[in-house]
Amino acid sequence: MRNTIQEIISGAYSLAVGMKITICNLFRPTVTLHYPHESATMPARFRGHVELACDPETGKPKCVVCMACQRACPSGCISLDGQKSESGKGKVLTAYSLDFSLCSLCGLCVESCKFDALRFSKQYNLAFTRREECTFNLLERAQVKK
Amino acid sequence: MRMEFVLEIARVVLYVVGILAFVGFNASYLVLLERKGSARFQLRHGPTEVGPFGLIQPVADAVKLLCKQILIPKNVDVILFFMAPILVLLPAILCMVTIPFGATIAARNFNLGLLMVFAFAAFNVFGILIGGWASHNKYANLAAARVVAQNIAYEIPTLLIVVAVVMVTGTFNLQEIVAQQAGGFWRWNILRLDLNPLQPVAFLMYFICLLAETNRAPFDMVEAESELVAGAYTEYSGMTFGVFFMAEYTNIVLGCCVATVLFLGGWQCPFGLVPGPHWFLLKMYALCFTVIWVRWSFPRVQFYNLLNLSWKILIPVSLANIILTALMLKVF
Repeated sequence: MRNTIQEIISGAYSLAVGMKITICNLFRPTVTLHYPHESATMPARFRGHVELACDPETGKPKCVVCMACQRACPSGCISLDGQKSESGKGKVLTAYSLDFSLCSLCGLCVESCKFDALRFSKQYNLAFTRREECTFNLLERAQVKK
Repeated sequence: MRMEFVLEIARVVLYVVGILAFVGFNASYLVLLERKGSARFQLRHGPTEVGPFGLIQPVADAVKLLCKQILIPKNVDVILFFMAPILVLLPAILCMVTIPFGATIAARNFNLGLLMVFAFAAFNVFGILIGGWASHNKYANLAAARVVAQNIAYEIPTLLIVVAVVMVTGTFNLQEIVAQQAGGFWRWNILRLDLNPLQPVAFLMYFICLLAETNRAPFDMVEAESELVAGAYTEYSGMTFGVFFMAEYTNIVLGCCVATVLFLGGWQCPFGLVPGPHWFLLKMYALCFTVIWVRWSFPRVQFYNLLNLSWKILIPVSLANIILTALMLKVF
């Protein structure tokens, strides 16, 4: 008898505690985002597909077409092309394509770049309906972003 | 004579339309409150896209349910299958006839109002049983059987508690029960400790029984979606399911109305100022919110524990409550 009463009282108390927790939640800010209207900001170390870093002064990609990234890529998903610059010194990037369907985001290309010209983007909204769409023209993307 | 007759007809039509509108409004907007509430309890947003703050969401839901095809599985008893949702919804609407929303706002002022409410409310389980049986589906059948066991178990303590209240009030007339509680919140039945010191406990037990009778979580054995697909509603689609849904919320509103009338002073103001239907609605919706709040706080109980709670705790305590009330009435 005494046990039963004790059980009822402790049970009722624990129910009250539970209800207090939910009512407190009611007045706390929500943690979810309105997805299509808002999207989450990615943390600093998030690895999206790679993108070209631009020189803040000229607005042109920092890439010097050394091909280190292309060589470093184990999946062979990077291909780039350049031509002699008009000043006659160094090369200018003319095409940079990334086949994202092959990329495993290992980051060897970013590591291999000695000019900080490659970095991970924060893009995570990627969806394709055709295989060709997985091949990004990074040069174009860098210019659009600018 | 003729004028009176026309007026009476007009009154009936007005009340029928009014009650149907009230039921429809409550069913749709309590669903929205439930969805919004559940979202906020879990730190989500809930529906926000349809209309400002998602306020038109119930209309979208209703249109969706109305447009959906009603599937009738093989081997279903078609007549019973379609009768079940109506049998669940109709008694709940019928009971609204006698609920006193204000001093003069009640469709019919029955002498046996309380008895009528409980007589028809007991019908609800019958509809669910028929629905589960007619579905010809093992999950629906199991759920229907469980619901009957549950409703029988919880009808008894409900009625025992109500009997104790009726012993105090001395009448089945809901309007009169409210009138007796005039003059401030200490005159409400829940706080009439001079008549029965167990009155707050009785209210709490009534509330638990209300949750179980309306098949709400944590006692939602009828649906139990994690165990029995959708319980008795498994084979129902489109508006047949919609009617079951409406009935669930109408039953909640009805239960909260009766709780307000019996324990919380109906349309009486807590401080004796400006009594009126606004107080009734305020108390009723506060109770409805609590029902939703409870649902999103607690997990579903095990079936045996559910029955144990009723037979081992609620019924003995409510019997003791009756004896105590009788003693208090005799002694004082």
